[in-house]
Amino acid sequence: MMDLFTTLPDTAILSRIQFAFTISYHIIFPTITIGLSLYLAYMEGMWLKTQNLVYLQQVKFWMKPFAITFGMGVVSGVVLSYEFGTNFSKFSEIVGPVLAPLLAYEVLTAFFLEAGFLGIMLFGWNRVSPKMHFAATCTVAIGTVCSSFWILAANSWMHTPAGYEIINGQFQVTSWLEVIFNPSFPYRLVHMLLATAISASLLFAGVNAYYLLKGLHTDFAKVGFSVAMMAILILAPVQILVGDFHGLNVAQHQPVKLAAMEGLWKTEKGAALRLFAIPDQKNETNHFEISIPKMASLLITHDMEGVIPGLDQVEARDRPQVAVVFFAFRIMLALGGLMLLLGITGAVARYKKRLFDFKPLLYLSVSMIPAGVIATLAGWYVVEVGRQPWLVQGLVRTVDVISPLPAEAVAFTLGLFVVVYCSLFFTYLYFMRKLILKGPPSLDEIQAALLNPNMTEGDDLPATLNPAQVDVGYGQELANLLSDKTNKGEK
Amino acid sequence: MDIALVYLLLIGFGILVYVLLDGFSLGVGILSPLLQNSENKGIAMKSLSHIWDSNQTWLVFGGVVLFVAFPAAYAFVLSNLYLPIILMLVALIFRGVAFEFRFKSDRSRGWWDLSFSLGSIIATFCQGLILGALVGDMSSDKTLADPVDWLTPFSITTGFALVSGYGLLGACWLVRKTEASLQQVAKTLALKLLFLMLTFFAVVSIWMLLEQPTIAERWLVFPDSLVLLPLPLLSIFFAYRLGSLLRNSEEPGLKPLAYAMGLFMTAFGGLVAGVFPYIIPGRLTIWQGIAPDKSVYFTLVGILIFVPVILAYNIYAYRTFSGKTSLKDGY
Repeated sequence: MMDLFTTLPDTAILSRIQFAFTISYHIIFPTITIGLSLYLAYMEGMWLKTQNLVYLQQVKFWMKPFAITFGMGVVSGVVLSYEFGTNFSKFSEIVGPVLAPLLAYEVLTAFFLEAGFLGIMLFGWNRVSPKMHFAATCTVAIGTVCSSFWILAANSWMHTPAGYEIINGQFQVTSWLEVIFNPSFPYRLVHMLLATAISASLLFAGVNAYYLLKGLHTDFAKVGFSVAMMAILILAPVQILVGDFHGLNVAQHQPVKLAAMEGLWKTEKGAALRLFAIPDQKNETNHFEISIPKMASLLITHDMEGVIPGLDQVEARDRPQVAVVFFAFRIMLALGGLMLLLGITGAVARYKKRLFDFKPLLYLSVSMIPAGVIATLAGWYVVEVGRQPWLVQGLVRTVDVISPLPAEAVAFTLGLFVVVYCSLFFTYLYFMRKLILKGPPSLDEIQAALLNPNMTEGDDLPATLNPAQVDVGYGQELANLLSDKTNKGEK
Repeated sequence: MDIALVYLLLIGFGILVYVLLDGFSLGVGILSPLLQNSENKGIAMKSLSHIWDSNQTWLVFGGVVLFVAFPAAYAFVLSNLYLPIILMLVALIFRGVAFEFRFKSDRSRGWWDLSFSLGSIIATFCQGLILGALVGDMSSDKTLADPVDWLTPFSITTGFALVSGYGLLGACWLVRKTEASLQQVAKTLALKLLFLMLTFFAVVSIWMLLEQPTIAERWLVFPDSLVLLPLPLLSIFFAYRLGSLLRNSEEPGLKPLAYAMGLFMTAFGGLVAGVFPYIIPGRLTIWQGIAPDKSVYFTLVGILIFVPVILAYNIYAYRTFSGKTSLKDGY
């Protein structure tokens, strides 16, 4: 054991790996739920408007994957709210006055809202009116967006700090508006929200494409697939455009990160766009470079002879791990390109009236289920690794603000997180697979459940344990509503 | 009014609400292994399905308000009590996912029951341990980073005390939410846990008075002692009323939970009175630790606007699911 401890990396690197691991893990789930909550709100709204059971079927089915994904997001998120203090105590102390209030607003305007209305959304079907239930679904969606607003404001501030002064080594706020609406915030917020909408659309498209390929739940799958393909067609190009603006913002505020993204070691006039390269941090050069001359300058400065500052603008100790940033950036771009391709293929297939039976499109959709999440993670690696060695760009070095913990304590907790998170992830995938294979409840089942709220589908406990309920809620009202709309619902 | 004091009250409020709400929620998990069969465990867990997340959010609230108002205290407590904090968070993960997965599983149900109860027990024990480590170490000035500093006989006792206390809250919740044989089980458990909790709380109180001169001074010297006298008297009254309700009442409703919460409130009040004006007991007072004005006032506006709203919709959510737990509420 002693040997193991003496060969451990230092606390700083362990704490950083632990934070990177736990936050990467966490972001997977909100990336899906933010977009999915918007879908649920849309589908439930359509159901209320049209009274077409097909939409209720969508809500009933997607609520389950949403619930387990949301649950994973909640439990992995609580960890993060404490990890600033546990592993980066000095950071919490000196930057707390700026960041803590933003996190407090996130808790006040988002966490409570989501938690409070999620219960009604999931379990309140027979207890509140249809309108109230719809309001709860919308509130959860609004909560997830509010949450992104505050957390991205806090994160963006660490990239482009503004509205602060430093007094006795502690950051103090001079203007909250400048702190919140710091220069990179609007781009990052829009980019991330679009990423979640696209990720959810890809999940939606993929699962429905799977049903279409297998010939299962075809009517159900067509509704979802059509909406998802439309969303991808619109959102993918918009996302590429927003990403471009975001990149220009990086060029302006974090030129070192941009140089790492482009694999540019030396400042160049008319810089080439490197499509592929293996960056070599030690020798400050690239191997196996494939590039398009002058293209990078054209894209970033909008001038073929424009100058782009390279990594040589700062000392070696102030540069990020170039290879990580470089490759993560390309993974994100490649996946973005594929999403655009998917959207266009879908549009062509729709035009040719083959949206639901064009096999290559369906296979592509299925294979791209995780593409949104992977691209989002890759994007975050560009952003976060690209800022290193700084925690607050140019002001606070990561290594200077680590909690003085014994390395073996952090190694132990890191190991614990890896084991627990990995096994939970497989469990999560297992249950997602199970829910998807089970498929949606049939329209008949949904109708029966509406007419008789005491016969909820998937029920497994004896009726004797079920005390008489006050059924003045959803079930009753809908039963009345449906009695004269039965035929319409079946179309 | 003094802003540091306002925030001490706000954090106190946040912690108290957390302890009362997640207390019964964790308590149900603590008792789950004693509920005899899978059906009972299912009902017990279902009674929390719609609220566990809201209740646990108060933990995040307490943590983040501490971060806002007393960043130095937040940094000190979390980094020094690193292992118990991380263990508590991991335990809460096990417990949280059990809510999602148990009702979707067929064969693994027993494992999720275990995950729920073990997660609840470890999380509660860690919370008690953290409390004990902070209060039990008031008069020393060493850091708490070394496990020997936080894993003391005193902190282990507070750990068990909290497990019994949350267990009592959980049992009282089940008395309200269940019926027939399960309700009987809950009543019997509540009565046993009441005695267990009173014993533990008495031991911890006497231990603190003997070991911590600053707390003893406040509690035993006139006139402070006279001002504080209602607290122990009230707790005796609550304990008596709770005991007789559990013994004699057929359908006591929410009252047992209210009295058990009353017991917690008096204990919490007594503790806060004992360590005031420290935010880290014995180390940092609220006035030394308070964050810059610009941060605390900005957040205060949000708290004053949103906390009443949060309380309102949480009450709405509770009312929506009032009555005995139905296994029919699903999605």
